[in-house]
Amino acid sequence: MTMTMAEKILARAAGKKETESGEIVMANIDVAMTHDLTGPLSVESFEKIGTPKVWDPEKIVVIFDHQVPADSIDAANNHLIMREFVKNQNINNFYDVNEGVCHQILPEKGHIVPGELVVGTDSHTCTHGALGAFSTGIGSTDMAMVFSTGQLWFKVPETIRFEIEGSLRPHVYAKDVVLDIIGKVGADGATYKACEFAGETVTNMSVSDRMVMCNMAIEMGGKTGLVEPDQKTLQYVQNHSSKSYEIMKTDLDAPSLETMYIDVDELEPQIACPHNVDNVKGVSEVQGIEIDQVFLGSCTNGRISDLRDAAKILKGKKVNSGVRMLVIPASRDIYRKALDEGLMNIFVDAGALVCNPCCGPCLGGHIGLLGPGEVSLSTSNRNFKGRQGSADAEVYLSSAAVAAASAITGKITDPR
Amino acid sequence: MKGKVWKFGDDIDTDIIIPGRYLVMRDPKELAEHVMEGLDPEFNKKVKEGDVILGGRNFGCGSSREHAPLALIGAGISAVIAESFARIFYRNSINVGLPLLEAPGISQHLENGDEIEIDMEKGVIRKINSKEEYPFQKLPEFMIEILEKGGLIPYVKEKMD
Repeated sequence: MTMTMAEKILARAAGKKETESGEIVMANIDVAMTHDLTGPLSVESFEKIGTPKVWDPEKIVVIFDHQVPADSIDAANNHLIMREFVKNQNINNFYDVNEGVCHQILPEKGHIVPGELVVGTDSHTCTHGALGAFSTGIGSTDMAMVFSTGQLWFKVPETIRFEIEGSLRPHVYAKDVVLDIIGKVGADGATYKACEFAGETVTNMSVSDRMVMCNMAIEMGGKTGLVEPDQKTLQYVQNHSSKSYEIMKTDLDAPSLETMYIDVDELEPQIACPHNVDNVKGVSEVQGIEIDQVFLGSCTNGRISDLRDAAKILKGKKVNSGVRMLVIPASRDIYRKALDEGLMNIFVDAGALVCNPCCGPCLGGHIGLLGPGEVSLSTSNRNFKGRQGSADAEVYLSSAAVAAASAITGKITDPR
Repeated sequence: MKGKVWKFGDDIDTDIIIPGRYLVMRDPKELAEHVMEGLDPEFNKKVKEGDVILGGRNFGCGSSREHAPLALIGAGISAVIAESFARIFYRNSINVGLPLLEAPGISQHLENGDEIEIDMEKGVIRKINSKEEYPFQKLPEFMIEILEKGGLIPYVKEKMD
């Protein structure tokens, strides 16, 4: 029987030889991640179930990233709940307030390898399909079930395989490709489906770029993003992890596979306009819109390549006097690299604020919130009404290069 | 279930249902004070116990925060009806005991303020004044049982005992 990569991974995790889309399987979880914001609710539910010990402390990863360091007593309390849980349950894979964003920390610290089944109480858990894992966001009650039993039921999804062909023009990035796709299929165009990214363009992308693509699968309703492992994947895994892994690839004649062809040769930088991620326009259509804040960071575009792209544009320039620019590296390692490479000097000299690794304004609950009527240009993944603060603010989404170019002019600007 | 309809559009995301800055809370009643405030700051004051939310397509898209269905429960919402639901929100809602009813085409028939009655067994939504009935996709038996027990955890606990 021919199967997609998603079907193969779920079949393996469910201890079956084969499965097909639509089937409901009970699967064993390889990695279960929770963070400071959705963790306390997961712990509360776990305590309600009453199982004294988690099923396997080595498979649980706890990462603080949303409200770090604590910005309120409530946040500090949430941290206390999670630290106590980690201690009582002997969880070694714990990253406190000083490490960074969960979807960077998980792969960077070697928790993700190809062929695994990964769940996290965060919708952008789909990011980890970039390394060939089936990785999806779940709620706190489901996580409590995982903590107790190590298992969760899944409806095996169909797969949309995006065959992406063409060479990206200068200053056009993975973010532009994925925004273009979301604009085409819509915010619910891939609901319940696995979104597999393939083709020449994806083969040429770095692992970081592939993480950008998979990170945003949820913005079209996808259950996971996926990229078939190749030499680049294996090199990344070798550099970061000592876990054993299994490589699964899609059979192109699998019955549940639907293919969509995307050509990116002519693609220009893309912008998601308020208040939906699928409201996507070319930068030429929206350039000139005045902005109050620029946010460079997040689990989508807070990696070293993003900081390098932005620094290249900002070098020797100043952030516009009417604009606040926040630069937030996605992890401590990235922060350190950016220091070593002199990127932080460029940002600080330009007048940007460099903050500690965290989710930042993306969550609209910690730092850099927007006031009524303000406009933000952000490299993160969501522009919903009220996402970054006031419901009367507007958020545009772009690549790091557009963000940097726009910070200088104070208006949405084509970096080319 | 009986209540008044509160109608919303397509793609109502979980940031609208409960913004990120309130996720430090976990109590449904506390969360309810901010439910839907981005669209209507007075929503929690206007809504009455048993009322029903009517959404368009892709209701509950976005974040995996279980605080979203909890905030709706805290506000007294007895069910959400929509053309379609986002995946994580759907699962979370059933898990915490909030009934979700998928009824394609329903937004053409119901308006803000309509008084309706939901018959889970028959799988119909009834307009109280006109007696008109509209079908929804009936939930499987086990899901109805989970909802009756108040969510997945009480359901599982009872099975274990």
